[in-house]
Amino acid sequence: MIRLIAALFVLPVALATTLAAPLPASAQSQEIVIGLAYPMSGPNAQAGIDDKPVFEIAAEIANGTLDLPFPFYQRLKGMPGLKGAKVRLIISDHQTKPELGQAEAERLITQEKVHALVCCWASSVTATASQVAERYGIPFVNAESSSPGLTARGFKWLFRTSPHDEHFTQVMFDFFRDFQKRRGVKIRTLGLTYEDTLFGSDSARVQRELARKYGYEVVVDLAYRQRTTSLQAEVQRLKAANPDVWMPTSYQQDAMLFVRTTRDLDYNPRMIMAQDSGHISSDFVKEVGREAEGTMTRSPFADDLLDKRPIAKAVNDLYAKRAGKNIYDLPARAFTGIMTLLDAINRAGTTDPEAIRKALVATNIPGDQLIMTWDHIRFDATGQNIGVRAIIQQLQGGKYYTVYPFEIATRDVIYPIPAWKDRK
Amino acid sequence: MEIVNFAHGEFLMLAMYVAFFAWLLARLDPVVSFPLAALVLAGLGWATYHGIIRWVLGGPMLAQIFATFGLAVFLRSAAQFLWGVDFRVVSAPLLGGRASLGGVFVGLPQLTASVAALGAFVALHLFLARSETGLALQATAQDRQAAALMGIDTERMFALGWAIGAGCVGVAGALLTMFFYVFPDVGAAFALLAYVTVALGGFGNVPATLLAGVIVGLVEALAGLLIAPALKYAVVFLLYLGVVLWRPQGLFGRF
Repeated sequence: MIRLIAALFVLPVALATTLAAPLPASAQSQEIVIGLAYPMSGPNAQAGIDDKPVFEIAAEIANGTLDLPFPFYQRLKGMPGLKGAKVRLIISDHQTKPELGQAEAERLITQEKVHALVCCWASSVTATASQVAERYGIPFVNAESSSPGLTARGFKWLFRTSPHDEHFTQVMFDFFRDFQKRRGVKIRTLGLTYEDTLFGSDSARVQRELARKYGYEVVVDLAYRQRTTSLQAEVQRLKAANPDVWMPTSYQQDAMLFVRTTRDLDYNPRMIMAQDSGHISSDFVKEVGREAEGTMTRSPFADDLLDKRPIAKAVNDLYAKRAGKNIYDLPARAFTGIMTLLDAINRAGTTDPEAIRKALVATNIPGDQLIMTWDHIRFDATGQNIGVRAIIQQLQGGKYYTVYPFEIATRDVIYPIPAWKDRK
Repeated sequence: MEIVNFAHGEFLMLAMYVAFFAWLLARLDPVVSFPLAALVLAGLGWATYHGIIRWVLGGPMLAQIFATFGLAVFLRSAAQFLWGVDFRVVSAPLLGGRASLGGVFVGLPQLTASVAALGAFVALHLFLARSETGLALQATAQDRQAAALMGIDTERMFALGWAIGAGCVGVAGALLTMFFYVFPDVGAAFALLAYVTVALGGFGNVPATLLAGVIVGLVEALAGLLIAPALKYAVVFLLYLGVVLWRPQGLFGRF
């Protein structure tokens, strides 16, 4: 059954790529085979389904059947470095199961003879699959996993274009620094509230460390029970300590309850800096977005900039036609990952793994050629992209707008957040 | 009434949806629509008795547990199927803000809800203690056979008991939507606390449940304030464990 489903997904892709790109008569027999292990079934199947179009777009750009009029993509057109070798994608399904991801990576490398892997979306699967690639010495590009530990294992073959969770928290403190300079306000004290599972406690740990590093005082440090029936005690503590910035880490239910409770108890934080997740979920924005006016969150992708940045718009036009919706964070990161790999293979001029790895190490893609709002793509010694930059968005009138970095912002920061009694 | 309703949390969820849709479709604030939710739920309780409970009352304990547990799973899944897993809230309820009670700030919706709950409790207590039907209901709960011998229609009393129980949760659910989000799984968090409260007071004793409710609420709030919010339920359940070890029938229970 699983094989059947996987086959059902792989078959159309294989057909589409071969049909869409009829080999010219002079084509060489050389082929670039890229293995993609993604969740195509199971609870996170939507992620794989949403990512598939960007991989096809990337392959078509490399195969010269699709034109993206920007210098970086023009250079890759037809893979001149390998004299027109064709890219073939093999999509396999790991169902977000680490052991299956490991088995699939093994199969792709030993049986399908892939030249490189782009994998795996979920951090837990990336952890196991990348070990296989490391053992066989096959370049492994990770575009979406955010667990910081993945690039701390001393791997030689793993390259991560995606930011990880520490970058996401770092941007909050970069924002505090720049915002204080820009507006001449003083931010000294922070209040942390976080739900009591791994997500919350990890987030708080990093926030605490960074607060110490940059000299902020944490005046509230409060774990709360996830999916609780009441947050009154928590909000009362915040209200009593009244920190300059309230930094909540919540899933959406608690995030919604927090909004209600702050209103009922008339707690008026001057600045709210949330850790993504609950505070940016579509239900949160739809149901309490207007009440939560002024809430800021770190965000991985500036969807309000889609139309403003030509490259993002061009890719989104292609994507929307195939996926039936706008591109968002994860497919955008996936696209960036596979293009980085194709660029390295093109510069290597061969499918030899060691040559591709060396080319990956030398990667340098400027930010204006990326659909992500990053500075550039360059890898450090651990294989982590150091050009990543997360952004800060703020709820204004029931919608999130990018407010930081200031040079790409679409709106000014609302500060302080209007008190409950002054609203409407 | 000799049987624990494991679908109580799901009844609460349905009441919340009734209040939510009354607000969404007819712009009726929960403060206004809670009698409607109580009526709908009472009807549901009555139907549950006649449709399910009546048939398993004579059966083994396990069958009774699984019947209401199955009902809970069914209701939850049905809600998910009909209304999706999205979280909904009644935005801009009539009552917002806070009230000051001798220097202590309480959210106005919460205060309203607790006053209404107290009102419902007084009404229920008067009904049970003073009216003939109420006394008949108590008699049925105490001893079904003896009550039947006294000429009480125990069948009707059971159905009434279910209707009243569900009606009460209807009031609670509707008022809860003033400050809590609605989604198919919302009942679970409250149901567990409700069981603990009832068991702490003692099954079958309505005033004791009120006292237990106040104790649980106080312990939860104080533990949250003085120890750590993450531990507030741990303290509540610890207290419960302590009480049932010492008095398995609850503080004032008869059974």
